[in-house]
Parts: sequence; structure tokens; C-alpha cells
Amino acid sequence: MSSVIINDLSLSFGDVKVLQSLDLEIGKGEFLVLLGSSGCGKSTLLNCIAGLLDITDGQIFISDRNVTWEQPKDRGIGMVFQSYALYPQMTVEGNLAFGLKNARVPKAEIAKRIARAAEILHIEPLLKRKPAQLSGGQRQRVAIGRALVRDVDVFLFDEPLSNLDAKLRAELRVEIKRLHQQLENTTMIYVTHDQIEAMTLADRIAIMRDGAVQQLADPATIYNRPVNKYVAGFIGSPIINFVDGQLVMNSDPFLKAGDLKVPLARYEFSGNGAREGNVVFGMRPEHIFMDKAAEDLPFRAEAVVEVIEPMGADTLVWSRLAGHEFRFRVDGQTAIKKGDRIAVGFDPARASIFNAETEMRL
Amino acid sequence: MADTGALNRAGVAAGTIPRELSGPRGARPRRIVSRGNIILYGTLFVMAVYYLLPLYVMVVTSLKGMPEVRLGNIFSPPMEITFEPWVKAWATACTGLNCEGLSRGFWNSVRITVPSVILSIAIASINGYALANWRFKGANLFFTILIIGAFIPYQVMLYPIVILLREMGLYGSLTGLVLVHTVFGMPILTLLFRNYFSSIPEELFKAARVDGAGFWGIYFKIMLPMSLPIFVVAMIIQITGIWNDFLFGVVYTKPDLYPMTVQLNNIVNSVQGVKEYNVNMAATIITGLVPLIVYFASGKLFVRGIAAGAVKG
Repeated sequence: MSSVIINDLSLSFGDVKVLQSLDLEIGKGEFLVLLGSSGCGKSTLLNCIAGLLDITDGQIFISDRNVTWEQPKDRGIGMVFQSYALYPQMTVEGNLAFGLKNARVPKAEIAKRIARAAEILHIEPLLKRKPAQLSGGQRQRVAIGRALVRDVDVFLFDEPLSNLDAKLRAELRVEIKRLHQQLENTTMIYVTHDQIEAMTLADRIAIMRDGAVQQLADPATIYNRPVNKYVAGFIGSPIINFVDGQLVMNSDPFLKAGDLKVPLARYEFSGNGAREGNVVFGMRPEHIFMDKAAEDLPFRAEAVVEVIEPMGADTLVWSRLAGHEFRFRVDGQTAIKKGDRIAVGFDPARASIFNAETEMRL
Repeated sequence: MADTGALNRAGVAAGTIPRELSGPRGARPRRIVSRGNIILYGTLFVMAVYYLLPLYVMVVTSLKGMPEVRLGNIFSPPMEITFEPWVKAWATACTGLNCEGLSRGFWNSVRITVPSVILSIAIASINGYALANWRFKGANLFFTILIIGAFIPYQVMLYPIVILLREMGLYGSLTGLVLVHTVFGMPILTLLFRNYFSSIPEELFKAARVDGAGFWGIYFKIMLPMSLPIFVVAMIIQITGIWNDFLFGVVYTKPDLYPMTVQLNNIVNSVQGVKEYNVNMAATIITGLVPLIVYFASGKLFVRGIAAGAVKG
């Protein structure tokens, strides 16, 4: 059963097309993350779902009701904002009660719902305080509570963790995940530019660019089988290695890029797209191994170390392999230095190959 | 300073400077009686005296009797303090035919200022709120027209408004004058409120909409409680502006409804008999008292509000 359906949704401001005929179907209780760099239209889409922006074309259904032209309050949604957006003149309790009072919920019911939300979010001791007296993490908890008390079908998060420091962000991330598990039937749509948030929280991720969805899939698929070059480059840190080359389709297909020749017998080509021609070969840094670990891998070669970046837990190595730059990750305890010649290897089955012109996955 | 400190530490560490001689060098830069301070405070003092002197002369003169005023020593303090001129200015000074003093003008001014201030601020704040947050179709056009209104000289509109008020049957009444003040306050006040409301984070407004508050709900429950400083600024601008207004008062009302400023002018400029400088001074101070009190009472909020409204355009 679908909770939110977006049907051919477009939005333009004058001549500028911000969202272009989007179709999206989000299941009940699903956690969908809208991921993209700034300006891709992800927050705009969320505002459209919330009813804070009037759309130019298309329809929006929430819980099987056409809410395209309904007021935000009637859509059965709760929203959490990046800047928390707590009403500064009201106490925490007042903030939580505001929406319920507007909906003329009886007093006893309001008290009950506030107590429940406060318990779930551990904000009971803060109820009498003003937002100015709270820390960033506490404020965002209250903001989540404001959506929680309204007992809505769909939670909308607009970069809720972006204003917090790294430690709090990690804490609250887990808490949001826990909350989602606790509220089984509540759908959550979560906008972020942080791929770690997206990977950890999402059931499915929609990667957006220029007002269109590039790929909509579960995190593992997005990571392992990116549908195009943009998605491959956007997901993953450190960033995926790209090598320009030619695809040669013999009985044994291989990639030729200068002196580099990678056999692709193990690579699973998708559908019908595999043809000879210019391609971009992508290999994730964490899928490249060195020395002993590389011994059994189908592809092996010798690389020269150019730069090493120790990051504690692991070390990022920038190397040159047959004239092409390859970054890869090794254990933090490594002894390799600049100028070392090392054996590296990878499994071409884990690669992603894209058509050089269309940038689509082959 | 930081590098001499570092040098010192380095010196101490290297053993080249004896520990007791090291430490911050140079004079402690905090002497109260220095040449710079004398010039600074001296200049400020002279400026202050320059601006306060007329007020001093007014206060002193208003407390003297006429014989003493005639001596012509305008700077000397009164030998015999008398409040007679103040009483006369308030209660019995003559303007034209009636001799009720300024009191009648004072009450006229109150009856003009209070409704004008309330009405203009109420309407302008709602205007500004709608323009900043609800961005309806044609909002920018509406705003532009309103701002252009602020640049048209009053004199151009003086006579057309006379005709307009006459046709509405409001010419010569206080209601008509209140209406004129309200309309003329609109451009600047709307600009002020619009800028202030645009500086309030938009997400707050969105959150309130999701929470089910409507146009008025958001205005009264979210925006108003956050906007005290800007309301104080608007009140000060309007109270002083309308209280000090002379032109509209003299054009759009009748003699028995003249505001205080017009009456003051009539007292001071009366050509009959002796010029009673002490009464004139007292009358002037009384007239200026209201804006002065408003400034003193709300100075802090005023500064805060001006700063808040000025940030975003």
C-alpha cells in the first residue's frame, strides 16, 4: 500500500523549471531519503509535498487522498526543519501544543500526546523551558516532537541534522532511525545532502539532480550499481576512481585505456547497452586491494604511490597505475611511502562502466 | 603584542633574558588624562553644550517673570522662579478669539495622534506581514507603488486631498485628519514592517502553516509576539511625526480643532500687545514634551528595533 504518490509533478518559477515531471511512489512505513547537492530541488520537492509551495502541474496523493490543493495542515504531515523553527516566545510545551490547539484537540488529549512524545524523545525535563534555553540537539528533538504529537501519517525532514555538530549529528541520526522503527506505520521522507545520513537511514534513496530523480533504489544498489556516472561520483567517500577508455567486445570483453587492459569477463553488463566504444570505467577506492590481499583477484598490476593521506582508521593512497590515477584505501597501520612500487588488484565484477556520451551504466 | 610575548618566552627559554626582566613591554595603554582623551571629551563637551544651550535658554526664560525678561540677560538663571508663564501658556494664553491656552490644542493633538498611530501601525504591520510572508500575486507591484508614494512631495497632494475629503464629507473634521495621517504613514511603515518580517526565518512561518495556523493565527500568535521592537520604532516615528505635524493640521481642520502645533504658532506669532517671551518659551516646551517623553521612555527598544529592521532589505 502506498503512502505518498507523486504523479507527474512539475514546478516552475516563471521560465525556470525547478522540478520536471517527477513520479514517485512511497510505501507505507517506508523511509525515503531525497539526496542531492544543493540546488537540485530536493527541499523544493519536500515543500511541495508539504503544501508549502503550489505546484505547476501534477498530483500529490497522501494516504490515498488527492491532496494536491489542500492546505498543509490537512495533509496529515508533520515537518521538521533545518533551523528547528521553534516558536521562540512559547515554552517547549507551548510549541508542542500549538498545532493541536489549532486543530481544536481537547485539552486532556493534548496533555496525553505531549507526555507520550516527551517520553519517546526524552525531553520531559525541558517542557517548561523556552527554546533559547535549549541546546541544538534538544531543540531538534522538540521540533521532531512537534511533528510527533500531531499523530501524522508522514514525517517530512528538511535537512534536520545539518545545523548540529558531528557528534550530535551521529547521535540524533540513530535516534531518528530508532523513532522510525518505533512508529511502524509512519512514512518518513528525509531530505539531506549528507550521503552518510542517506545510506544509514534510508530504505530507499532518491538521488536528485536538476529537479529530476536520477536513481531511486535501496542504498546497496545505489552504492554497488549506480545507474549513471553522476550517481557513482556522488555516492561514496573517498570519491570513486574514473578512467576513460575503450570497451572492446571480443569473446572476452575487456577495457583498454592506454597501457591498461582490464578483462571484463566477470562484469555483468546490464540489459542491452554493451557495445564497443568510449566508456568511463569506475572503481571504488575501497574495492582496490594491495599486496597479499590482491593476490587472488582477477586483475592485478603494479602501481606507484604518489601521495598518502593517513586518516587514522585507514589511509588513502593516491597512486598511478599505467598512467591513470587510482585512489584506494588501505589499513591505517600501513608502512608504504611515497614512491613505493606496490602490487594492487581488484575484481572487475565490482566495477561500474558507463557510456562516455550518455553517462549511463552499461 | 603577541610576537613580543613570543620573543620574550623564547628569550627566557634560551636563557638570554633574565626571568625578572621579561614580561610585556611598553606602557600600559590605559591613562585617563591623556592628550587624546582631553581632545575627545573636550570636543564632545563643546558639542553637547552647543546643542543644549537653546534648551537651557528656553527653560530659564520660561521660569522668569516679564520684568526680568525685559532685562535681556537671556543666559542668566532666574532671580525669582515663577511658574506663572507655564500656567498661562497652558490655560489662559489667547489665540485669536478664545483664551483657553494650549490645553485645547493639546487635547486635539491627543485625539488626532492616538487613533492615527494605532490605525496606521495596525494596517501597516498587516501590510508588511502579507508582503513579506504571503507573497501573493502582484505583491511586488503593490509594494513598488506604495514606495513610490513615499517620494511624492506632500504639497502636490495637498489640494486634491482637500477635494477628496470634501466629497467624503470629512473636510474640517478630526476623522479626516486621522485618515490623512494614516494614509501618509503607510509607505514608510509598510517598508519598515516588511523588512522586519522578512528578517524572521521563513521556516518559522512554514512550521506554523504546517501546524495549522492561518493568516491571522500566524500574525497574532507567531509574528506579533516576536515584533515588539519594531512596533516601538513604528510608534515613535508615528507619534513624533503626527504630533509635530503642522501642515496637515492647519490645512484639513478648523480653528477650534487645530492641533497643538498650530495653536503654538498662533500664540507665538500673535502680533497684538507685548511679546511674552516667557509664555512662548513655556508653550513651546509643553508642546515638545510628548515626543521627548516618548524618546526617553523607549530609547533602548528604539535602538534595538532600528537595528533589527535595518538588517535585511
